[in-house]
Amino acid sequence: MFEAIAFYLFAFLTIAMFYITVTTKQALYALTALAAGMIFISAFFFILGADFLGAIQIIVYTGAVMALYAFGMMFFDTTRDVKEKQGNKFIIVGLSTLAAILIVVIVAAPMLSENVIALYPVVEGVGNTQEVGLVLFTKYLIPFEVAAVMLLVAMIAGIVLAGKKMDLSLTMMSGAEIEEANEQKNKKVLS
Amino acid sequence: MEIGLNHYLILSTILFAIGLVGVMRRKNLLLLFFATEILLNSVNIAFAAISHYYGDLTGQMFAFFVIAIAASEVAVGLGLLIVWFKRHGNIDLDSMTSMRG
Repeated sequence: MFEAIAFYLFAFLTIAMFYITVTTKQALYALTALAAGMIFISAFFFILGADFLGAIQIIVYTGAVMALYAFGMMFFDTTRDVKEKQGNKFIIVGLSTLAAILIVVIVAAPMLSENVIALYPVVEGVGNTQEVGLVLFTKYLIPFEVAAVMLLVAMIAGIVLAGKKMDLSLTMMSGAEIEEANEQKNKKVLS
Repeated sequence: MEIGLNHYLILSTILFAIGLVGVMRRKNLLLLFFATEILLNSVNIAFAAISHYYGDLTGQMFAFFVIAIAASEVAVGLGLLIVWFKRHGNIDLDSMTSMRG
């Protein structure tokens, strides 16, 4: 009973928040609504018994991704209203519905065939975090490490792309070189 | 009333459709990224629900990898976006025509 109430409440809240994200004209409203929607989604994970996934959802999405977007929005002009594409609305809505139904068919087709076997069944008597650790560090160790390398590559790419004057290093230069660089900067400001 | 797997799949479908509408109608690249986050999250709900109702942990594993991919996508995408904004002063999708796409 409480599960049903919680499901419908959070489903309504999530859909409303993501609808605001998609339709609003203010970028700040979209950011705030998206952060709220991410937290409401973690509620589904807690209802489904995936506690660790819910905690990760809150930490990664509302902690890291949203903070990154908030920092990124400092670079952009966010006070201006966002202009929208003037396309045919029926084509957009029809294509979205079609694609969504296709996704459900793809996901549901193996289940309807009724020969789904749990490859890594839930271990009895331990918490969700322990189960996740058992499976993640035995069966999925290689993908885990590949994901770690991918995150490292993404971090370096983000630093190189967003960083400024990466060819100059203040720690490797001598004092005279730093002063020279500062003088050049001052000349540029004055001229 | 019992909440079954179909409820979660329908919810995931609705959220996926909202995200797709966002991807198609948004012109600002930053808000386009928001829409892709919605897409990834809707798929995560479906993974977690299937994992719960079949007693299999593989769904949760894939949800973790999806979260990792989303995080790295944001880092690289936002870096590229900042570079583009420094050079051109806007992040409208229609202005990015250098590849004649």
